Amino acid sequence: MPAETEPSLAKATPRSDAARAALVDVEHEPGAKKPDPILVAHGIRRQFGGLTAVDVEHVEIQRGVITALIGPNGAGKTTFFNLLTGFDRPNEGTWSFKGTTLDKVPAYKVARLGMVRTFQLTKVLSRLTVIENMRVGATDQRGEGLLSAMFSWLWRGQEETNTVKADELLERFLLHKKREDFAGSLSGGQRKLLEMARALMADPELVMLDEPMAGVNPALKQSLLGHVKSLREEGRSVLFVEHDMDMVRDISDWVIVMAQGKVVAEGPPDRVMSDQRVIDAYLGSHHDQDLSEDMEETILAEAQAEIDAEHTEEKS
Amino acid sequence: MDFVAILGSAIQQAFGPTAVIYCLAAIGLNVHFGYTGLLNFGQAGFMMVAGYSIACAVTIFATSLWVGVVVGLLLAALLALALGVPTLRLRADYLAIVTIASAEIIRQTVAAASFSEYFGGQDGVTDFISGFRDANPYSGSVGIPGLFRWSAFDIWVMTVGWLLVALSCLVVFLLMRSPWGRVLKSIREDENAVRSLGKNVYAYKMQALVIGGIFGALAGFMVSLRSAAVGPSFFATDVTFFAYTVLLIGGAARVMGPVVGAIIFWFLITALGGFFSQATAGADPLIPEAIMDPNQASLMRFIFLGLGLMLLMIFRPQGIFGDRRELAIDAR
Ligand SMILES: Nc1ncnc2c1ncn2[C@@H]1O[C@H](COP(=O)(O)OP(=O)(O)OP(=O)(O)O)[C@@H](O)[C@H]1O
Ligand SMILES: [Mg+2]
Repeated sequence: MPAETEPSLAKATPRSDAARAALVDVEHEPGAKKPDPILVAHGIRRQFGGLTAVDVEHVEIQRGVITALIGPNGAGKTTFFNLLTGFDRPNEGTWSFKGTTLDKVPAYKVARLGMVRTFQLTKVLSRLTVIENMRVGATDQRGEGLLSAMFSWLWRGQEETNTVKADELLERFLLHKKREDFAGSLSGGQRKLLEMARALMADPELVMLDEPMAGVNPALKQSLLGHVKSLREEGRSVLFVEHDMDMVRDISDWVIVMAQGKVVAEGPPDRVMSDQRVIDAYLGSHHDQDLSEDMEETILAEAQAEIDAEHTEEKS
Repeated sequence: MDFVAILGSAIQQAFGPTAVIYCLAAIGLNVHFGYTGLLNFGQAGFMMVAGYSIACAVTIFATSLWVGVVVGLLLAALLALALGVPTLRLRADYLAIVTIASAEIIRQTVAAASFSEYFGGQDGVTDFISGFRDANPYSGSVGIPGLFRWSAFDIWVMTVGWLLVALSCLVVFLLMRSPWGRVLKSIREDENAVRSLGKNVYAYKMQALVIGGIFGALAGFMVSLRSAAVGPSFFATDVTFFAYTVLLIGGAARVMGPVVGAIIFWFLITALGGFFSQATAGADPLIPEAIMDPNQASLMRFIFLGLGLMLLMIFRPQGIFGDRRELAIDAR
């Protein structure tokens, strides 16, 4: 295909080609082995009381690729994120990042290793200005040590470098007009942008984004998609949770589907979307039949029976 | 009613040794609560450890006050570690409970009869500041005749005290404008966000707890130097709460907040006390005895102070120095 006929955003780049090429031979099965995984999780289970929120047998995230993690509400995506990044501990399971086992590694060390996450419920530092929020994100700051903190000549230079980088990112994420405002005065969508920009201050190898586009307007979404793709161009890997299927289809090279804590399907976006298991997971197994009134009643009765069965199980 | 006398004593207290003590204690709380968001309700405990250290260095170990200073700073840092290790990984309220309890435990232990040989029980320790007195370069009193007057000893205490305040404010200023201070403020806002950016939140909280405790220790030194004595009653829980009041009046997370707060607090409380004691004194008092007798009058200042604090929280919750913009954020 001649290059000029392609829309600019969907432009195939060497990296995206390479990313997709690397995944060509990967099986379209849950837990499929990847040629060059950056993150490997095995046997991860997390229970909240009687509820098993996450029960992932095996999953691998390919390096240099944009991987989407999708699934219905309550599927356990955020919980899985928390477990991988050290914000929560699983009941059992092992996982490793770049070959380093992370079982007992605290969250801040996970971040220092190069796996930086954002939160579904955005966590901006409200009473700090936007630019200060950005500066906190930079790693290896000399001025963050207690002993050197009081002597500004020790950290001034580094601070200036970080500020230049922060300003570039703010420009990219259209937040430069808000530079001196308190982060707490930003709108919901702007907070999402700030959090994502702040995570990038740390130059992470693997960026983990929990619903980065929720509440962001469509025009900006388009340009953000571009930014996420450019992360791949820079050689970073991206794992993101998203409910917007168009976006998933547009930017991801690989999709992992979770439902009720388990990985139920994996594959390239177009294949996964038509996978029966995925459709079932999202819509329940009755989605393809037209719901007549008696059908609805049957389904309701079935559901009720299931609930009753669960209750008796719990009691016994 | 002698307003000149009321004004005079209010000014005398506003800049006097007591204000210095509460200012230093509040600087410590500012590091804890104002910048880092740590709820330390046991600042009196840090002060007590330090106050007894310099007293006991002289009375029990017969060394100099300077040794007591070094020991006091070390013990305050150790106390901070002991309080922080079990609580700083937990939710913020645990630290509050543990600090308020431990300050009382320290106080009751030191006051216990079985240790009275060393710590003097409820009477406390005296006769240890001759070294400090001898170093006093002042002679004669200082003040404005007819208005207020500080004794030579008070002026000496104030000189040392306000110098310590100036030094502490400088340290706080330098620390809080640095990236280190920025991490503390970030922890106050959202611990998990800071964690996700690769900072060891636990270590930062511990450092903040120790540094604030050391400022508390400075306040404790000044208590024992000023009174030439230390006793358990000097370090009751209300000391901590007065220090919090001082901090809130001035404005938390502002370098000069505790200084302004201490001056205003002691000015107001003395002026109110003076007013009510005069209004109920004499044969034909301004406020008839049926309404209020002199004993009740001595408590009125606290009632009015409480009222004032409530009004402050309603109309200017950010304190005198606070930034109005920050308030709009809390409303979201
Ligand atoms: N701290 C908790 N205590 C108890 N249950 C929890 C806790 N956190 C999550 N859960 C439960 O675990 C399940 C998975 O939640 P999780 O937040 O991971 O879902 P999700 O896939 O991120 O959903 P969404 O798309 O709505 O964000 C839910 O049923 C939820 O109720
Ligand atoms: Mg979620």
